[in-house]
Amino acid sequence: MIKKETLARAIVILLIFIAIAVPLGGYWLANYANPNRIELHARMPEYGGWSTDTIQAKVGETIHLHITSDDVVHGLAIGKSDQPGVEIIPGTYTDMTLTFDRPGKYTFYCTRWCSRSHWRMRGTIEVSGEGTPVPLDPQPLFVKLGLDIDAPQHAEVIPASPVSAERGAQYASLLPAYASERDTYLATSPAQFWLKLRAEPTLSKLSDDNLWDAAAWVWQQQTTPEAVAAGQKLYAANCAACHGETGKGDGAVTRGLPVWNPDSHTADNMNKSSMGEGLYSPPDYTDPKQLLGASPALLEGKIVRGGMGTGMPYWGPIFTSTQIDALVAYLYRFAWSGSAVK
Amino acid sequence: MTRLDLTRFSWVHTLLRSRWPQFMLRAVSLAGFIFTILAGLLGSVVGSHNFAIIFVWIAWWTALKLVFIPFGGRSWCSICPIPMPGEWLQHGGILQPRGKGIGLGKRWPKMLRGSWVQAGGFLLIGLFSAVTLTSASVTAIVLLGVIVLALIFSLVFERRSFCSSLCPIGGFTGLYAQAGPVEVRVKNADVCAGHAEKTCYQACPWGQYPLALKSSANCGLCMECLRVCPTDNIAVNLRPWGSDLGPKTKHRLDEAFLGLVMLACVLVNTAVFLGPWGQLKSAAYEIGSRQWFLFSGIFLGLALVILPALFTAAVWISGRLGVKKQTTHRQSLAHHSQMLVPLGMLAWIAFTVSFAFTKFSYVLPVISDPLGWGWNLIGMSDTAWVGQSTSFSLLLQVIILAVGLFWASRVACRISENTRQAVPLIAFSGLFSLGMLWLLVG
Repeated sequence: MIKKETLARAIVILLIFIAIAVPLGGYWLANYANPNRIELHARMPEYGGWSTDTIQAKVGETIHLHITSDDVVHGLAIGKSDQPGVEIIPGTYTDMTLTFDRPGKYTFYCTRWCSRSHWRMRGTIEVSGEGTPVPLDPQPLFVKLGLDIDAPQHAEVIPASPVSAERGAQYASLLPAYASERDTYLATSPAQFWLKLRAEPTLSKLSDDNLWDAAAWVWQQQTTPEAVAAGQKLYAANCAACHGETGKGDGAVTRGLPVWNPDSHTADNMNKSSMGEGLYSPPDYTDPKQLLGASPALLEGKIVRGGMGTGMPYWGPIFTSTQIDALVAYLYRFAWSGSAVK
Repeated sequence: MTRLDLTRFSWVHTLLRSRWPQFMLRAVSLAGFIFTILAGLLGSVVGSHNFAIIFVWIAWWTALKLVFIPFGGRSWCSICPIPMPGEWLQHGGILQPRGKGIGLGKRWPKMLRGSWVQAGGFLLIGLFSAVTLTSASVTAIVLLGVIVLALIFSLVFERRSFCSSLCPIGGFTGLYAQAGPVEVRVKNADVCAGHAEKTCYQACPWGQYPLALKSSANCGLCMECLRVCPTDNIAVNLRPWGSDLGPKTKHRLDEAFLGLVMLACVLVNTAVFLGPWGQLKSAAYEIGSRQWFLFSGIFLGLALVILPALFTAAVWISGRLGVKKQTTHRQSLAHHSQMLVPLGMLAWIAFTVSFAFTKFSYVLPVISDPLGWGWNLIGMSDTAWVGQSTSFSLLLQVIILAVGLFWASRVACRISENTRQAVPLIAFSGLFSLGMLWLLVG
């Protein structure tokens, strides 16, 4: 009888051992057996965001991100990199393998509109080791130009009738040399550009509408259809949730919020929201007064730095300068097509 | 009523008398229980990918209500892992009792006997169920707490006091086991009368004396009596459903309370988990918030005031319609509590059917990847599909509710002097069934 009891005890102990060994062994295997494997949990920013904010890596060494979501669908991409982003489904694991060939700081970020504070889901990958470091970003143009990008920037003038870049092409030969220079485009708003042209005695024969057509043509010349298409894609993925698909400032996240008044950026009457700062409804870009008063340098500055106090995130660590150029080129489409319908 | 004694089949008799088959099932269930706790604590926080959520709240909870109770009464209690560690200490042996074990062996306080505490425990679980049912770690902590509590109780009190007087699932199972088709009874009462040692009573972990067993509510089907009976006088009968319900059976007031609490719980569970009210759902989730207190108030009001008041009124009117000398209202309430058994049991089955079909597909994937860590042990990690509640499932729920109403009405008729007297009781059952029908199908 003692023997039977001993056997029974042995069976119980064995079964309990298995019950404990499977999860603990699995936990050990997953977390300690492979030091290059990093488990990353995604949560809505309100519930903690990424489980790890800073990931350490070495040049030339591969790291494996083992990523899962604890709540809703998220996404992960590395800023300024060609690495395709991945989707993160709750409860399932997605693997991402990364190798860095230059030391420096990289930003990883969520690519899905997981919550109002979605854009706060960012982290840093610090890559150490030999090699030429990733160059620091050049000083943004708005800083060199001394632009106050928070000050109101309404267009001094706007077109009276629909604008057409195609029609504007016929005046190309009449335009002064500076009109086709890149620096002019970058530092000048369409409205300022138009005022400059209007002041040119050689163009006095052209009507106001003719000059707006010419300005639209100049703006079109500074980009390519491919860049505009790329800008449109970026806008849809990153901007439309607040700014709206059509640029009207009526995105799902900001719909119904107070409209941003640029004069209040120095005032105390901020709109306190759950994001811990002001979150405003963005301006209506189809209103030509908005974008025709903004130079590409100013728009780039807003994108790179974010709109202080408005809830607009900063995209400097995420978009390359080519991407920002494309985005800016696409943004002006709202203004031109907006003026076309007015 | 006809009975089929299963021990007449020698292989059944051997299987029941030997300690090994039941021991093996219990050992596996204990290991599974420990695994479930660890999975809940360490595994994925996403419920549908965690063994603890899927196995406890989908697989086990469904199996208890659809298989164990309707086809085996308290059969789950015979393999439940929760009392095992404590019982082994009490017995001094894992396979079978071996002389003196550890424990104070105190008697359960008289004032706490019956199902009052169990009903209270079930209500308490109900108040927090939205979180418990969806959070793997909370589930794990609850399971851990329960097994520790059971161990402590078995060291202080005698036998399975925890199971028979405290465990809410024990209360649930015991109540509905009265309608179940399995019972342990003596074969020949005269044989027992001549047996002075009463080894069966000495051995029974539930403190029952088989000769006196009239209801299956408190028999855990552990088969200890069958194993120690020197004359092989214990029968395990298959019997018609609802055999413990009728004019001559004895019932206590706490059964009425337990039965009403169960009705309230199934109504609230259905409303929270299947109803279209997002606000109710979030109120149930946000424990400690103002909305949650409101939800708790409504829940407790339904369980402790509204349903008891309606039931008491029905029983009172029924009593007024009778001709015989009145028993006390208290006795009358206890006696009529039996109709709550089929009514509640079928309502719980209908509630379970509504989600079992859609959620059962999670069971195999979670075996393949029990902790939600991306394993694929049996190659079925990605086979979960979101089931649709089909018209078949809806039809089935309606049929089950109808069976429950019919069964409860039949019990009401049997325990009443005349049909007229059963009318208020049937009206109560009908009102409850309509409520369930509206929540499930409407």
